[in-house]
This record gives sequence, C-alpha cells and structure tokens, in this order.
Amino acid sequence: MNRALLAALENIYPADRLLTRDVELLPYESDALTAFSAKPGAVVLPVDEAEIIYTVRLCHEMAVPFVARGSGTSLSGGSLPIPEGLTIGLNRLNRIKKIDPQQRIAVVEPGVINLHITEAAQPYGLYYAPDPSSQSICTIGGNIAFNSGGAHCLKYGMTSNHVLGMKVVLADGAVTQFGSESIEGVGVGPDLVGLFVGSEGLFGIALEITVRLMPQPELYRTVLAAYDDLGRAGDAVSMVVASGLLPGAMEIMDRLAIKAAEASVNAGYPDAEALLIVELEGEAPQVNAEFEQLRRIIDASGAFESRVAKSEAERTRIWKGRKGAFSAVGRLSPDYIVQDGVVPRSRLGEALLEINALKAKYSLDVANVFHAGDGNLHPLILYDGREDGALEKAEALAGEILALCVNLGGSITGEHGIGMEKRDYLPAMFSEEEIDIMQALRLAIDPKEIANRGKMFPGGEAPALARQGMHPLERAGVISRE
Amino acid sequence: MRHQIQSDDLRAPEMATAIEKCVHCGFCLAACPTYSLLGEEMDSPRGRIYLMKNVLEERLAAEDAQPYIDRCLGCMACVPACPSGVEYGDLLVSYRALQEAERQRPPLDALARKLVMETLPYPKRFRLAARTGALGKALQPALPAAFAAMLSLLPDKLPPPLPLPAILPAQGERRGVVALLPGCVQAALAPEINYAAAHTLAANGIEVHNPPGAGCCGSILLHIGAEAKARALARDNFTQLPADVDAIITTAAGCGSGINDYELLFKGQDDAERARAFSAKVMDFSAYLAELGLRRSKGFDRERRVAYQDACHLLHAQGIHSEPRALLNQIPNLRLLPIADAGMCCGSAGTYNIDQPVIAAELGRRKVESILALELDLVVSGNIGCIAQLRQQLALLKNPLPVVHIAELLWQAYAN
Repeated sequence: MNRALLAALENIYPADRLLTRDVELLPYESDALTAFSAKPGAVVLPVDEAEIIYTVRLCHEMAVPFVARGSGTSLSGGSLPIPEGLTIGLNRLNRIKKIDPQQRIAVVEPGVINLHITEAAQPYGLYYAPDPSSQSICTIGGNIAFNSGGAHCLKYGMTSNHVLGMKVVLADGAVTQFGSESIEGVGVGPDLVGLFVGSEGLFGIALEITVRLMPQPELYRTVLAAYDDLGRAGDAVSMVVASGLLPGAMEIMDRLAIKAAEASVNAGYPDAEALLIVELEGEAPQVNAEFEQLRRIIDASGAFESRVAKSEAERTRIWKGRKGAFSAVGRLSPDYIVQDGVVPRSRLGEALLEINALKAKYSLDVANVFHAGDGNLHPLILYDGREDGALEKAEALAGEILALCVNLGGSITGEHGIGMEKRDYLPAMFSEEEIDIMQALRLAIDPKEIANRGKMFPGGEAPALARQGMHPLERAGVISRE
Repeated sequence: MRHQIQSDDLRAPEMATAIEKCVHCGFCLAACPTYSLLGEEMDSPRGRIYLMKNVLEERLAAEDAQPYIDRCLGCMACVPACPSGVEYGDLLVSYRALQEAERQRPPLDALARKLVMETLPYPKRFRLAARTGALGKALQPALPAAFAAMLSLLPDKLPPPLPLPAILPAQGERRGVVALLPGCVQAALAPEINYAAAHTLAANGIEVHNPPGAGCCGSILLHIGAEAKARALARDNFTQLPADVDAIITTAAGCGSGINDYELLFKGQDDAERARAFSAKVMDFSAYLAELGLRRSKGFDRERRVAYQDACHLLHAQGIHSEPRALLNQIPNLRLLPIADAGMCCGSAGTYNIDQPVIAAELGRRKVESILALELDLVVSGNIGCIAQLRQQLALLKNPLPVVHIAELLWQAYAN
C-alpha cells in the first residue's frame, strides 16, 4: 500500500475507520462472489461526503486505485478489492435526507439500504420500486453502479428508470451534479444520470442520490402455477406476454431451486418440475379484471396446479423464498456459480432446452431461477470446489451458457453486471469500436484509471483466479484472439 | 465457501459444515445488531464466519480474531435470516469452546470471568456476591468497565426467596404435569418469576413439580465456552428433575436455547442419549401454555397498553414468536403493541452486558427508545436478562415504566 496515501488518510480517519491489519482486511477480501478474493491495501469507512471527496482526491493525486463498497453483495465481483488499492466502505453513509411525498422523491446517501427507502416512504403510501433479491441489505450506491434490477422491474424498469439526479465525485476528484430533483427536469441535455447508472464504479462515487418513489399498489394478486415440465412454464410466460398483460413480476424456479427455497422458508411451494410466480398489482378493479384473464391463460397453459396467495403473510413467504433462492442453493452444494444472462422472451423455451443439454454434457447440476418476464436467466451451476478442476469445469459451462445467450440475441448480463467475473466476455457482446468508445469515455473522466481498476474491461490479471488455456468463449467459438 | 479445515477437534465437522454452507451473500448483515451498530465486516455474521474459517485454517492468529468473536452477542438473529441454512450457533458455540481451552486472558478479565463462572450459576453464592456487590457499588467509579457493568446490574438488595412446594397441585381438572426448571441467576434476582409461572400453570390445571435439588442448566457457561462446567451442572439436573412429566418448563430464554444445544455439548459423552432425552422434554413457559390453551382470566379493569419484548434466545434460537403474543391477546383489556425492530437484541445477551458494556448499553438505549415511542403501561418479556437490561436503561432515563416477565403478567391477570 502507498505509504504517502496511508499517512494522508491517517490525518482524517481515526484508527477504527482506517483498517490496515490483516484481521480487519480479510473480511473485505470478497463480496458475494467468493470465487474471487483479493486483499485490499486498506479499507476506509467514511461517515460523510467530505471524507469521501477528500479520499478520492488523494487517490487521484497519488494514482492509487480504489473501489467503493456498500454491503458487498455484488454477484459479479463488482466490489472485489483491488490488490494494494483502497476499498472505500460507504455503508455508514446511510442517512435518508429527505422524503418528499408531494414530489414523490427521496434524497438519500449512497450507503442507504434499498429496502430502507421503501420503509421510510411507506407512511406516505409510497415505495421504491426496484427490488433486487438482496434488497434487504444491498445499498443504493451499489444499485446505481450496477443498474440493479429485480423481480418487479418487469413492469417498472431498472434502477436507471428510478434515479432522477445525483451529486457525484468523479474519479479525478471533481464534484458535480447530474439530473435534478424533478421528474420534469429529466430529458434536457445529455442523460448524464443514465451514463453514470450502470457504469460499475468506473466514473466515481455517487454522494447523494435523488430517487423516484411510486404509489403503493392498492392490490396484489400473487399466483403460483406448477408445471411438470420447465419448457411448459416458459411457454406460459410467452402466452402471458402475448396476451398483452403486464404483470408486476413473472418468475420461474425449477425443481432444484424450488427444493432449496422451500427448505429455506417453508413457503409451501408445490412439488413440481417448474414453478411460475405471476404477480398482478395496481388498482383493485384493474387487477381483478386482469386476474380473470390470467387465470384463463394459466388454465390453458397446462399447469397441473395453481393457487393464489390468500394473505399478505403468504405472499411475503412466496417472495422470501424466491428472493433467497440463490443463497438457499448453498444448502444443496458447497459451491456454485450464479449466472446472469438474458435471452429474448420468445426464445425462453429454446434456451432452457439448450441449458439442459449443456448440463448433461458437463455432468453438473444446474438450478434455474429467473426473471422470466424479461428473459433474465439465472442458472446456478453447482460444483464442489474441493474437487480438482471442478471450478474450471463449472466456469466452462457458465461460459457456454453466456455464449448461448448472445447467440440467441440476448445479453451476457441482465442485472449483476460485468464486474470481475465477466470482463473477458465483454467482446462477445460489443465490437472493438464500441469498447474503444467506452474506454475513451472512461479516460475522459478518469485519466489515471483508478476507479474500480481491473473491472468490466477485458484483460489484466484476475487476482485469485489464474485462467489457463483457452477461454471458455474461445472454446465455444464465440470469440477469438486472432 | 471452500475451506481447508483440518482440526482434529470433535466438533470440526459442525464447524466445517457451517462454513461450507455460507455463501457470503450478506443477507445476515441486516439482522446483526453489532453490524448495524459498528458498521464493519469484522463485526458481521459473515465476517465472523470468515475470520473463524481463517483461524481454523491456521491462516490467522486466534488472538487477532478474538475481539470480533467476543463482540458477537450470540443473539442468533442471523440464523433465521440466512437463506443457505448456516448453523451459526453450532459454529460459534464450538469455536468458543475450542478457543476457550487455549485462551490467555488479561488478569482482570480472567478474574471477572471467573467470578461470573463461580457465582452466577449458584444462587447461594450469587446471593453472597450480591451483598458484597452492594458494598462494591460505592467503589464502582474506580473499577474497570467489566466490573462496573457487572455491579450496576446487581440490585442493592436481593428480594427474599419465594419458596414453592415440591408439588404444586393443579386447580380444577388436571390437564398436565410438568417440572419447573428453577434456573440460577433468575431464581436469586427475581424469585417472583418462577412463583408466578408455577401459579399460572396451576391455575390452568397443570400440576407443577419443583424438586429442591434442581438448579442451573449450564447454558450461561455453555454460551461463554466453559463446557466441562456446563456439563456438570446439566448432569445434576438429569438426576434431580423427574423424567415422567409432560414437559420440563423454563422461564428463561437462554436456558431453553442452551438446553437445545445439549446434543452438541454432550457429543461423544457416555450420557449423550440422556442429554438428548432431557433436552427433548424442555419447553419454554409461553410455548407450553400456548399449546395447551389458556383458561379464561379476569384480565384488567381498564385497557393496558402492553408491548412484548422478544428475547433473542426465544425468537431467533427457538423460533418462539406467535406463542407469547397469542397468550397476551387472550387477556381481557390488554392491548398488545408491536415494538419497531423487534428482532434486534436489547444488548443483554447472557453475560454480554458484563463482557461488552459499551455495545450492550447502546443496544439497550436503542431498544428503550423504540419502546418509549409506544406510550405503554407495561413491557413484558420472557427472559430475565432482557428485563434487567430494560429496567436498567429505563432507570437511566428515570422512567418508571414497569418491565415484568410474561408469567408475572399472566399471574396478575388471574389474581386480579
């Protein structure tokens, strides 16, 4: 770690907020993607924006790379420390500065937990719509960096659709304001908020964020439909989409995922090959009318059982199981890779068939949990890291699934981002020119490439994972180094 | 998570399984009192799991990790919050026991700990210590923090004992037979709790056995890693408490959850089966009564606003949530109000307020703040530790709000 930087940090951070000892750094060496780990040079825990600005300026001055970290829940290694770099923990900047029920906005600090915004807005009949599965702990700063989605983004869009403005410190230390507090203000000039949201921490750190709040739906109708075939559940999604209905959420879990989630929350999920969760929400008369239509579709889709949540408690349990499904898979397997890819909704059934074939080819178990409504797949590839070569095999399978997504006209990430995990797959989606433009943009804002260095762009050494031989995508024939 | 744990300790498999199941997702962070207070990974459940893993893998010195493990309340709020089913309690109890055997403590710490271990489980010694404590209070400002915290918890004068007959007969039709586990600290500090529990049970048609030789269940020692002593105390109860009853009733949360851990405590011991059978009989007072169904009480003459304070070792460790609430809702003229952040520990946590007075006090302050927002007539809890903690925090604010055990409130509802 840069000694001059440490000395300068000591000037403003007391010892309990400037972590440098091994025992303090170890717990920060991974986020929620433990396949990667890297010990940071130091961790600072600022408590106000002045400290963040000061810290970023120091890093810029001394060309020391940094990564901002909220609750460390990234599934793509987005908040993985940079070896010898600085980790800036933002979880103590957790104040909700303003809730304005008239304007329907909230102004929050970056370390505010996603769900806390909804809790604070609840007394006014409002809520914050994007609901990543980790919403009970993930922070809004991380949501912005990775343009987080969630089950209900089908109807309301991702984080980028809900951020109106923000004050940021750019990687070179400049402090600036993007967007505004008013919904009407958006749309004038270039969409700089849009540029910042999803930039994976490469541009700087959001200091204060204005988000849009939505009126709470008057009524929810949550339907569970059970199928004896995963493809049929996928077809049911296409049928719902084709009917013109726009549910709040449409989710699918396959047998393995159901088993894990059921063990975790006892939600009473039916014993099935696939489970479709459809949630209608909005004003009561509309929801009731839609519900009749949905019921006819589900009946015609070949579900062998369907049921409706009878109480708010039951609905909560259904969602708790779904939202904890990734982690619940930890009950089935010591290690797994959470994949995140997108396929066009019309090709969902096709993608699932292909994944099944790949499963057999690699003789690995794959649990499928996905935001079916927007074609966002989350295959979880189960492996035992204690076996030699198991991780590499699982990664190769993951690579083939991503190649499949791209080939079907989809994307290598729906909501988890590129981070560390998928940097080498970026060329599978973007041309060299496109990547050059991204890089030029980055250099314009961060000439020293200190903000989250080593993430998103391909190349460089992964800190914990030495890849050998051909890249999985090379083997799959999607990319080539020629 | 992958690990390379190769400890030959008897408990290594439990510890390894817990670590293996952890996927580092962070869902536990939101539930953890120390993370919410201190805001650093080392003081979160997943952070502590990671530290324990590194110690067990011999990549980190145990004494470096110790302060963070010591700061864990053992409240178990992370267990129900964990989607992957990490048995954090198994890991923590095993790890603490393993480390305790090798640990060197500073002399004053060691002395405070020895005092705890040699007095708390034994009501007679505890009474003696409490009398000395009254004297010690005068010296309090000059004492180290751990002693000061310990002394401040002691009342100036212990209440006189309230003896119970060896068998308290059931009133009316007999609906069950139970034995009452007398416990230790609680029996000395608040004999009225077991007295009220026994009489409430009797009023509900339950015959209550109170064997004079029974005592501490050892949990208080188990929770701080003093295993052998904990086992010795448990064994006393195996012989003193009758086996031919419907249930063995506890009125302290920590006893119930500690006895649930007997399987782990007695692993590899000759009397493991005996311990398992004993543990299977033990039930919390409110859970037993709720299952049996309450007879109608007179209740209160006018509306009382009451809140139920969840003890972590009932709510998180034993999953007891609806039972006490169901009992309270059956009392005429009692209006039950929910405490915000009900699952957050009040900071009492067994001997925690002695070991970690600063964090304990802050958690207590927060809890009392949520309670005072409700404009209550009464707070009830199922655990002496929480009761003592809340009373102490309320006393600091000079607030007269009474805090009683749920058994006391029920008994009052019958006695009215």
